[in-house]
Amino acid sequence: MNNNLYNYILGVADNSLILAQRLGELCGHGPTLETDIALTNISLDLLGQTRSYYQYAAKIKGEDATEDSIAFLRLEREYKNVLLVEQPNTHFGFVIARQFLFDVYHYMIMQQLQNSKDLNLAAIANKGIKEVSYHKRFSSDWVKRLGDGTSESNQKIQEAIDALWRFTDELFDILEADQKMINEGVAVDVSKLKAAYYEEVSEVLKEANIQIPESKYFTRGGKKGIHSEHMGYLLADLQYMQRTYPNMTW
Amino acid sequence: MKKNWPLWEIFVRSKNGLEHRHFGSLHASDAEMALENARDVYTRRNEGVSIWVVESKNITASNPDDNGELFEPAQDKVYRHPTFYELPDDVKHM
Repeated sequence: MNNNLYNYILGVADNSLILAQRLGELCGHGPTLETDIALTNISLDLLGQTRSYYQYAAKIKGEDATEDSIAFLRLEREYKNVLLVEQPNTHFGFVIARQFLFDVYHYMIMQQLQNSKDLNLAAIANKGIKEVSYHKRFSSDWVKRLGDGTSESNQKIQEAIDALWRFTDELFDILEADQKMINEGVAVDVSKLKAAYYEEVSEVLKEANIQIPESKYFTRGGKKGIHSEHMGYLLADLQYMQRTYPNMTW
Repeated sequence: MKKNWPLWEIFVRSKNGLEHRHFGSLHASDAEMALENARDVYTRRNEGVSIWVVESKNITASNPDDNGELFEPAQDKVYRHPTFYELPDDVKHM
């Protein structure tokens, strides 16, 4: 089994799984019918991408691994998602800010992953990029609406951007497995995306009348499995059925 | 928040070559958001290839109270349908 490839795929896919779970929590709880459906659509897009990645990862892992066992039966430390996506929904400003900060990054990755030497990953990225492109449009538009809306909406989105900013630096960390996959032309070298990412994010924030945070204090760890206190609760929800009724199907 | 958002009428063309049809209505703060909402609410099951949004207040509708004078006079004028002509066999696809 190609351990590096397996780990790299999980690193990419877990971001989508955990963010999909967070957005899924909003099903039936969105602020309006329209945004409720939009956010759940995004959740389902991400979940669809996750399935493709996990099916591929299960094949690499072999034994009796399946997409479900990878999604539901790992321990917290084995999830490799970035801290940003596991942050709670707090309020609509947080949902949009988290989505926006992730979408800009996600789109860049998908763009590059299309050129991966691994044809499976390239195909998944090629299929997913249109979805992600829409996610970015949706979340950027909302950032601008909230930032440029009323003083209350501006203050709420500003609060969310300020609170989530410290999770953005981790997006560009490269683990050992990633580096090996980069060398083989399979993985995206995310460290090279950093400047373009902050430039694009800043442009939208400026247009939205949102102050770009100046703090240089960043938190990291998710990629290595060291998660924030929210992750355990999220996984308890996510894994409950499979843990309680193993192999249960609909 | 929602009660401040205006209502929009959504028209979707389901295939190239067909006309846009009225699909329903939804709330949005502006035209761009109305388009995005319409995309999510009405085309998520592959229903369309084009969307029009029109703010509902821009539609002038006939008053149901006027139905008598507007529509009833046409009810007994079947001769206005072109059904009283004999079509030559050579004319196809009518």
